[in-house]
Amino acid sequence: MGQQIRLEVVTPSGAKVDEDVDIVNAPGFGGDFGVLANHAPFLSTIRIGTLTYENGNKRESLMVSGGFCEVSNNKITFLVESAEAGTDIDVDRAMKAKERAEKRLNQSAQQTEELNRRRAEIALQRAVARLKVAKSL
Amino acid sequence: MASLKEVKTKISGVKKTAQITKAMNMVAAAKLRGAQDKMEAFRPYTSKFNDAMSNLSGGANTNAFPLMEIREVKTVELVIVTSDRGLCGSFNANIVKLAFKKMEEYEAEGKKVSFVCVGKKGYQLLRKTGKVRKSYTETMGSFQMFNAREIATDITEQFLNGTTDKVETLYGRFISVARQVPATAPFLPVQPVEQEEGTEEKKASGDYIYEPSTEEIMDVLQPLYLNVLIYHAMLEVGACEHAARMTAMDNATSACKDIVKNLTVVYNKARQAAVTNELMDIVGGAEALK
Repeated sequence: MGQQIRLEVVTPSGAKVDEDVDIVNAPGFGGDFGVLANHAPFLSTIRIGTLTYENGNKRESLMVSGGFCEVSNNKITFLVESAEAGTDIDVDRAMKAKERAEKRLNQSAQQTEELNRRRAEIALQRAVARLKVAKSL
Repeated sequence: MASLKEVKTKISGVKKTAQITKAMNMVAAAKLRGAQDKMEAFRPYTSKFNDAMSNLSGGANTNAFPLMEIREVKTVELVIVTSDRGLCGSFNANIVKLAFKKMEEYEAEGKKVSFVCVGKKGYQLLRKTGKVRKSYTETMGSFQMFNAREIATDITEQFLNGTTDKVETLYGRFISVARQVPATAPFLPVQPVEQEEGTEEKKASGDYIYEPSTEEIMDVLQPLYLNVLIYHAMLEVGACEHAARMTAMDNATSACKDIVKNLTVVYNKARQAAVTNELMDIVGGAEALK
């Protein structure tokens, strides 16, 4: 095993993850990125998506929603509004949310109400990310 | 002197009140623990957020971001965070008192003041000023980040379209279970976060790679930061409310006990007087028969 980097995932309801890992893959605003040990100081915003990290043979996924991440002193800290592990995710609910969001998107394609559209898009992104994490179990 | 029966009913009434206040005290104690846990859990998030903000805004030009723009202040908005329910001593009244003081100060300087009320109690007390722009009631019971976001987004819009030039939050700061003080904090324009002491090593590694650019990160972070501020105020007020209610109910329970004690003395006196009267009647009757 090579060098490791400390991963911290902090949400408003407390720290979710705090452990040493080999690699972190995160959904950055401008595209996904991976971080290994001893990365240069780095700051990026995070979009809704899946955060994966590997520790030895263990591979874990988390669904994260908007926030940002900071890398410094061989430590990577995610500050996100929510982080959910696959086991915490209610697949049925996510499925329903996805359908609902899709339906609303189709409707508002005609009405083109900016705010509703954006909300539905965000809801859809969240639902898709949740399903992805739940499936990767 | 009150009749025996009257005193007796009163005693049992006060005893029932004591039972209720005692139960409320215990409920508040249980809820306080929950609220405190929530606050503890949130602390690492805020402190990390502050670190990142100070790293970012260290070299930032304050007028480059619309949310940091310092304008000549003509209108001030005060965000009053109080609890939804009463019966928690003077906690809400203290916050509102501070709100009135602030309002008078600003108005003396010729500025226009408007209120945004989070929590029903503040709204009820400030409604008659006619300056409440918006109120969020029934949210303090169980709120989440998205409630805070809704509030922050609305306030931010007002600031961005120039309706308000300055926003401050007023809330109760939780110092200990026995002490909660009303406090104010600046909200908008966003203040550059001061570097805390003992962050020398942070400064050394201040050369971050930013993705996307600093500006874009700030554009995303600032609204988030405002959500955090509101959420934080709501959490503090939640904890304060339960702590204040605990103390208030504790006082009420001991006051009830005092009243029961006094009333029992009155009751015993009345009973004794009645017994003495009856005895005198009997003795008088016996004498008459001789």
